[in-house]
Amino acid sequence: MGTRDARDTDWDGVRLHVVSGKGGTGKTTVAAALALALAAGGRKVLLVEVEGRQGIAQVFDLPPLPYEERKIAVAPDGGDVYALAIDPEAAMLDYLEMFYGMKRMGKALTRIGVVDFATTIAPGLRDVLVTGKTSEAVRRRDPRTGRRVYDAVVMDAPPTGRIVRFLNVTQEVAGLARVGPIRHHADLVRGVFTSPETAVHFVTLLEEMPVQETLDGIAELRETKLPVGGIFINMVRPAGLPDPVLEAAFHKRFDTAELAVGLKATGLAERDAGPLAEALAREIAEHAQRVELENRERRTLASVGTPCYDLPLLPDGADLAGLYELADTLRTRGAA
Amino acid sequence: MIRTAPSLDIDAILDDSGTRIIVCCGAGGVGKTTTAAALGLRAAERGRSVVVLTVDPAKRLAQAMGLSELDNTPRRVDGCDLDGAGREGGELHAMMLDMKRTFDEIIEAHADPERAQQILTNPFYQSLSSSFSGTQEYMAMEKLGQLRRSGDWDLIVVDTPPSRSALDFLDAPERLGRFLDGRLIRILMAPAKVGGRSAFKLLNAGFGMVAGILTKVLGAQVLKDIQMFVSALDAVFGGFRQRAEQTYRLLQAPGTAFLVVAAPERDAMREASYFVERLAEEGMPLAGLVVNRVHRTSAASLSAARSCAAAEELEARGEHALTSAVLRLHAGRMQLAAREEREQEHFTSAHPMVPVTRVPAMPEDVHDLAGLRQIGQLLSSN
Repeated sequence: MGTRDARDTDWDGVRLHVVSGKGGTGKTTVAAALALALAAGGRKVLLVEVEGRQGIAQVFDLPPLPYEERKIAVAPDGGDVYALAIDPEAAMLDYLEMFYGMKRMGKALTRIGVVDFATTIAPGLRDVLVTGKTSEAVRRRDPRTGRRVYDAVVMDAPPTGRIVRFLNVTQEVAGLARVGPIRHHADLVRGVFTSPETAVHFVTLLEEMPVQETLDGIAELRETKLPVGGIFINMVRPAGLPDPVLEAAFHKRFDTAELAVGLKATGLAERDAGPLAEALAREIAEHAQRVELENRERRTLASVGTPCYDLPLLPDGADLAGLYELADTLRTRGAA
Repeated sequence: MIRTAPSLDIDAILDDSGTRIIVCCGAGGVGKTTTAAALGLRAAERGRSVVVLTVDPAKRLAQAMGLSELDNTPRRVDGCDLDGAGREGGELHAMMLDMKRTFDEIIEAHADPERAQQILTNPFYQSLSSSFSGTQEYMAMEKLGQLRRSGDWDLIVVDTPPSRSALDFLDAPERLGRFLDGRLIRILMAPAKVGGRSAFKLLNAGFGMVAGILTKVLGAQVLKDIQMFVSALDAVFGGFRQRAEQTYRLLQAPGTAFLVVAAPERDAMREASYFVERLAEEGMPLAGLVVNRVHRTSAASLSAARSCAAAEELEARGEHALTSAVLRLHAGRMQLAAREEREQEHFTSAHPMVPVTRVPAMPEDVHDLAGLRQIGQLLSSN
């Protein structure tokens, strides 16, 4: 074991990190930050995109990614992050070539619409191709050294509402094909996804709907025996005020008199600080209400019994600098 | 130059009896379903007979509309305040799409009982209709067409499925058509027609090769199931495709209003831009943009810069800790508002003619009709 394996994190031994989350929670950003964090210290990580949105390219501020594993970022202390945007049609041709040596046949199949059929009309097959390509990258070994090519693979996966169906689609196909090459392929993929080398993480916000979806998603994962990972609480804003003040504001008992005196002292309000203090008090009351709701959601998440990681709201949005900041936070908190 | 978007008059759309379909589309997580439900309630309370077709509602929102039974039939929503606007005749129904049920019904309605049975029990059909992603888009289109043809409602409000590519539902008919016109389906069907005129197709150059590859790649049993499925579905699909095309044309007709729903964040606004362009390409009538969750401040005259400077001064003096904390919070809020404003300006610079309405961020999610009513009011008060 080299030094690059010596890590003490919550997910030691996990090599496939599937990152899901409700739309709008920042799933792609968190997946990208996790890939950077995992690569830190000289490791090699593949970040996989499966939905053809080119979200990874946007997050890293790059032109659209081709269907090709290419290096897109360098992690702190010299690790590499590679990215791959999986295109189902290309993956299908890949698959034909890899298992059957049929590259030219693949082109013929494209012409008569077989590939179209597989990737659009029967979208389940599309999911098999995409998950199949991902698990191939997880298992791939360097022919000379016998070592795994990637230390970890991070998948920017479909949203929470579809994640279990997506990961389980191999089983779906397995039910369809009791024997034969698809069944074999599906079994292989399922083997990777259900192994302890995989963790399915959820990105959420401290809001009711994303939290509820996270709980539903985790329950569904547990039912289907897929490995539950961590919960990444994204865009966390500091409470900003001491608890007693928030408490008072929440119950509409916030003392505007003290605020008015302070405002006068700053010169922001000269004669009558009352109206400004009242306006700010309304903001504080709203803020306190939000904090209260957030605390409630946080308690709900804590009851799930899997690690939760706070990620701060980036004031300037998730730009490249922000990604590194998030990656750093993930490492500090033991997620990577 | 800062452009101001024209304001979107929601009530004019809802009150126009020519508006027959409202489609809410947008990225995931921007409040599409809530917007659709709020529009439906408001329209009903303004005298329209409305059905809201929702694809994947959050449990509590469904409960708010009395949809504890999530099935494929429109249910009447009780508790609409029909006196409020002083108009009569309004009612609200809501339903959730059950894609498997919808698919089964099409088969049952268009195939003779024996053939229907053959299809319904085919394993390929079973997984296609219940679990494969993508079917939802086809079925949402189908249901929309059914509701419209029934003539039972004078307004249908639909929220689009949370697709991987947001406008998948627009592509559904074309994809289906491409598939049915394709050579693949003819090849797949050929063996089932052995003995008929198409038997000679077996001798067609290439067929043997293709069948060979398919058997090798898919396995003989899967191929057989698909063949059976495709040939059994043949009769049904023709009608299905025709109806999907009808629905597509219906969406292009003047009675339809597309509302793109977004949140004032970079990704959601970018997606909104994409939607607007795509809808224009397809010749779909865009009514406007709804920006949800806009943060406002009650002390807008106090800028972020002045607020920050004052807080710093207090901190340096070690005085009035409460005031400086409040000023910091206010500054953060002003900055957020400014950022959201910029995202909206980007959109409006690119699409200056698209009318916009904004809904302020609520501290809490909507749980009942009163909440939906409030959103409806906010949507209409620009």
